[in-house]
Amino acid sequence: MRIIESGQGELIQPPDLDAFREWNREKKSRALVDKVMTEAEAISRFVYDGCYIGTELYGTVRCPMSLVREVVRQGKKDLRVAGQGVTELDLWLGAGLVKTLDITYIGLEVFGVSNALRRAVESGQVEKVVEWSNGGITWRFKAAAMGVPFIPVRAMLGSDTFKYSAAKIAEDPFTGMKVCLIPALILDVGLIHVHRADKYGNAQIDGISGFAFELSRASKRLIISAEEIVDTEEIRRHPDRTIIPYYLVDAVVHAPYGSHPGEMAYCYARDERQLREWVEASKTEEGTQAYLKKYIYDLADHQEYLELIGEERLAQLRAEEEGRR
Amino acid sequence: MSAPAYNPTELLICIAARQMPDSVTAFIGTGIPMLAASLAQKTHAPNLVTIFEFGGTGARLERLPRAVGESRTFYRGVAASGICDIMETATRGFVDFGFLGGAQIDPYGNLNSTIIGPQHHPPKVRLPGSGGGNDVGSLCWRTIIIMRHDKRRFVPKVDFLTTPGYLTGPGAREEAGLPPGTGPYRVVSTLALLDFEPETKRMRLLATHPGVTVEQVIENTGFELIIPDEVGQNEPPTEEELRLLREEIDPEGFYI
Repeated sequence: MRIIESGQGELIQPPDLDAFREWNREKKSRALVDKVMTEAEAISRFVYDGCYIGTELYGTVRCPMSLVREVVRQGKKDLRVAGQGVTELDLWLGAGLVKTLDITYIGLEVFGVSNALRRAVESGQVEKVVEWSNGGITWRFKAAAMGVPFIPVRAMLGSDTFKYSAAKIAEDPFTGMKVCLIPALILDVGLIHVHRADKYGNAQIDGISGFAFELSRASKRLIISAEEIVDTEEIRRHPDRTIIPYYLVDAVVHAPYGSHPGEMAYCYARDERQLREWVEASKTEEGTQAYLKKYIYDLADHQEYLELIGEERLAQLRAEEEGRR
Repeated sequence: MSAPAYNPTELLICIAARQMPDSVTAFIGTGIPMLAASLAQKTHAPNLVTIFEFGGTGARLERLPRAVGESRTFYRGVAASGICDIMETATRGFVDFGFLGGAQIDPYGNLNSTIIGPQHHPPKVRLPGSGGGNDVGSLCWRTIIIMRHDKRRFVPKVDFLTTPGYLTGPGAREEAGLPPGTGPYRVVSTLALLDFEPETKRMRLLATHPGVTVEQVIENTGFELIIPDEVGQNEPPTEEELRLLREEIDPEGFYI
């Protein structure tokens, strides 16, 4: 295949597909093992300094926030991150934990640019930034999920997004057309929040599934947090709803309101007040640190976080979501 | 009868909504595109099929989503899938319209939403990045770009080409390997409605907003616009459009 052009960005996590096969053979048990544990245990066991980590969410939707906050609490640093985020990456960037970024979008959507991103990147604290489109980065997970080194796509062509990526443009050997080759991205650790899971890790999502299917299959270690832990019989009644079968999963964390301040379809709406509090706080470095102290460092765990938010507000968010069914 | 009072955002939404016909598919992003799609559905385009990046297809936008993945993006929809399905649907040529925005736009409709300044890293100003913008601009048949109109934003050359417009001119998209027949269709700015002249693929003024002169548009554009002999005037929002926006679509005043 003739390579026409190479993006000049570094391939931060070069994929090794045969090693991935070996890993999946040796390290991923097919046994039915109870994997329920706390956030603290899951993060300390599977997330390590310098690991390549990814979260599955979109903006403020179905965010694994109790896991994300625990990463901050434990101060896991020098993280290499696949970035498509709002609420979660802001916290990691604000806490100074991110060393390199495969970025597609980090911003606050309707609230504008991310000041945490601006400070961390403009100061050079984040050492490398490699660009991708949303499709591009998701197709990277898809390639890994397919177990192949790359897939050809028709986006990113002709742009600086390509030029500062680690993709390549090639002539397709079958048709002669130009295609953008997107390299597989295998994560050391993936974090996904779901509606329900059993203790073995069989996980189901209601509503849109984002890129949970692809990311779960592209992760060497996968931590699932779930609104609800259910009996396996409940999973077996609707196996068509299972996005993630248990053998992909290394840890199952019970995290009601785990997406807060984000939302969870059919369960609770996003918390505008809390999101705006972060938007305001993150405008300055001092505000950012005060927010992290109040909502993470000063609290022992997710339970204490929920107590701080308060049942009254959580009930409001449930009621707001109810109206959308 | 005197025209009803409205604000610039409401005008943008109305002009954008009027660009979309009925029974087409449209890739919708956060903010003004959501309101425009909802308004189009409630007026002339009841079968406008909204497509949201994270998987929502065909939602009735009875209430306004505040993010492109929230449950309102698939409320009473026809399908709830995921991002690969949506991007691949666009790749196969099923998405008729897409919405885009950015910090900078050039005469060929190329957009920058990544950095400001000459250097990629570390940059002078870091913006969010492509997100789905590059995919939408590459793969949808027609894109509608929504921009605040001033010289800092309408520039001769973008600092970073995040999302392709017509690149360097006629034939450039095809040469780059992008699907033929795609590209920017309209620019809805705070001052005017613009398109791209078919021969040169350069931006052309179509119609000015109420109370805006051609000279004002030229003064606020950092490059030479094509000005045709006949420049139209956009109709202001109707009372019904304003009522729908204020009472049904965004009663909480989240965007307008």
